[in-house]
Amino acid sequence: MIDTAGPKAPAQARRGPGLERRVYIRAAVIAVLLLLALLVLPLLMSAYYTDTMTQVAIYSIVTLGLGLLVGRVGLYSLGQLAVLTIGAWVGARLLFGTGQPYILVLIEAGLVTMIIGSLITLPALRLRGLYLALITLMLAGGVTVIEATINFPNGGGGFSGYNGSLLHIPQIRRPSFAGTDPAFYRFSVIVAIVMFLLVFAHLKMRPGRAWAAIKQSEPSALAAGINTTFYKLWAMALAAFVTGVAGALLAGADRELFSIDFPIQNSIELLAVVLMGGAFALTGAVIAAFLQAFIPALLQIWGVPNDWLIILFGIGVMQVLATAPGGIADQFPKDMMRLYRRITRGRSRPAAAIIGSGGAAGPPGTGSVSTGPAGNGGGTA
Amino acid sequence: MIEVKDLTVKYGGVTSLDGMNLRFDSGVCGLIGPNGAGKTTFFNVLSGFVRPASGTVTAFGDNLLARSHFRRARWGVRRTFQTEQAISALTVFDNVAMIHSSLRGTARRDDVLESIEFVGGGVSPWVKVGALTAGQRRLVEVARAVAGKPRLILLDEPAAGLPDDETSHLTGVIKAIPEQIGALTILVDHDMALVSAVCETTAVLDFGKLIASGPTAQVLRDEHVMRAYLGTAEVI
Repeated sequence: MIDTAGPKAPAQARRGPGLERRVYIRAAVIAVLLLLALLVLPLLMSAYYTDTMTQVAIYSIVTLGLGLLVGRVGLYSLGQLAVLTIGAWVGARLLFGTGQPYILVLIEAGLVTMIIGSLITLPALRLRGLYLALITLMLAGGVTVIEATINFPNGGGGFSGYNGSLLHIPQIRRPSFAGTDPAFYRFSVIVAIVMFLLVFAHLKMRPGRAWAAIKQSEPSALAAGINTTFYKLWAMALAAFVTGVAGALLAGADRELFSIDFPIQNSIELLAVVLMGGAFALTGAVIAAFLQAFIPALLQIWGVPNDWLIILFGIGVMQVLATAPGGIADQFPKDMMRLYRRITRGRSRPAAAIIGSGGAAGPPGTGSVSTGPAGNGGGTA
Repeated sequence: MIEVKDLTVKYGGVTSLDGMNLRFDSGVCGLIGPNGAGKTTFFNVLSGFVRPASGTVTAFGDNLLARSHFRRARWGVRRTFQTEQAISALTVFDNVAMIHSSLRGTARRDDVLESIEFVGGGVSPWVKVGALTAGQRRLVEVARAVAGKPRLILLDEPAAGLPDDETSHLTGVIKAIPEQIGALTILVDHDMALVSAVCETTAVLDFGKLIASGPTAQVLRDEHVMRAYLGTAEVI
């Protein structure tokens, strides 16, 4: 007889975790969904939904950044919308002012936003929780005021790129290969995939481990030799980079930018959708983006006033905080599994058992007849 | 070898450590005393979470107090916490791998796996810490403390709340540290059976003052120590 539990066992333990079947299944499902989103959806969608889904792709990058801060590091920032507008401003200015390739502009906007975002959040790094949320909200307010004063670039000259007396406002340019709406939608989805992969790689490596440690226990992280300030700054910088890229993408999607489109209360809404979508999983960022950009578009088409959305989000956040801290990304699969179990259990029960349980009000004889099969059904389930 | 000279720590009006002078040579050394005696404060000073009002700590010829907290960990200080702080969201391997280490690549991976093997207890490197029992989570903390070639290991009540069989397993693990890991280990615990089983020497703190130190068996029989733990029989 072959001894399988002998000295081979430790050797297998040393080789590392084998990729489980469900990891493959999950990867396959994601790949199929992405292919559908890239190849099939653009053929089926009207102009309205193409525009809406482009916004979903762009906002999924924003919620990815905020989800990283909230769910992985425990930093509650209310300033991410301001960070997005910095990216949009820089992107628009570069697209008007230079003839650089669009992809280069995306990276540059990401880097500039990363530097500005990191600098303004630097003093806030010593804060956590409510105080960090308040400080970032104030900083976002400051950025909004500055943008309302200097305006978004509209093809004018100088530093601001704004000319208030222009009669014909030129549109912000798009890449040559993504000039049409469906092509720009595909481009946005691909950029979003790249940003998700960037964050995913971070989470799987040293920074991901450091962030998990910081989130649960800063003393434990320090005792492990982790420079917590450096890694918190790294998280802020990464979130600002991806959000800046999303901003530059938004400039090309909207083609005209106005500071009035980015009210400060949207920052709070952004945190609400991230909590509802699920801050602890990357899929939560996609769900959050649907809540942020798709649901309002649906309500608009159905003629439902936007105020209902605020009420809906309010109830959603309360529900998440009270019963489902992992958000929809965590709760939905669990609920589906529960439903599946309930359905399969129902099917495996013999018909007599169902009649027996359902016929409690029937003649006394029915109950005694069903006892046997019900017992068997219980045994096999 | 660690030499503590005139170490004083004050929190506002409270003097938590009062002019402590002590030398830890090698092996496993015990540090005991009633609640509030200053044991954890002493660990917090060594690991850099608390800045002392005065005094010096020299560890293996280096001035330990001159380094910031995370740099002390990189220098070779490791510690566990009274309330266990293993990171639930990560696997056991990742928990140990996050400890700073000068090793790279395969050598680092081997060191992490050896540390997990060293603590035993049926802890698999590839399960999430959140799925482990309380005793196993304590062992993960000890694995974190022995990884990456430590020079000084501080164990803060590692057996607190553990049942007898797990405590006896932990006793074996701590006993093996000096020989297999080669680090000077200081153990704080209220479990006198554990302290006598693993510590060659023991120091006793009471109200921030060092009241006894020396070979463990001798210290535990010391009249001052008995009085500190049990109170006096004098009736006023």
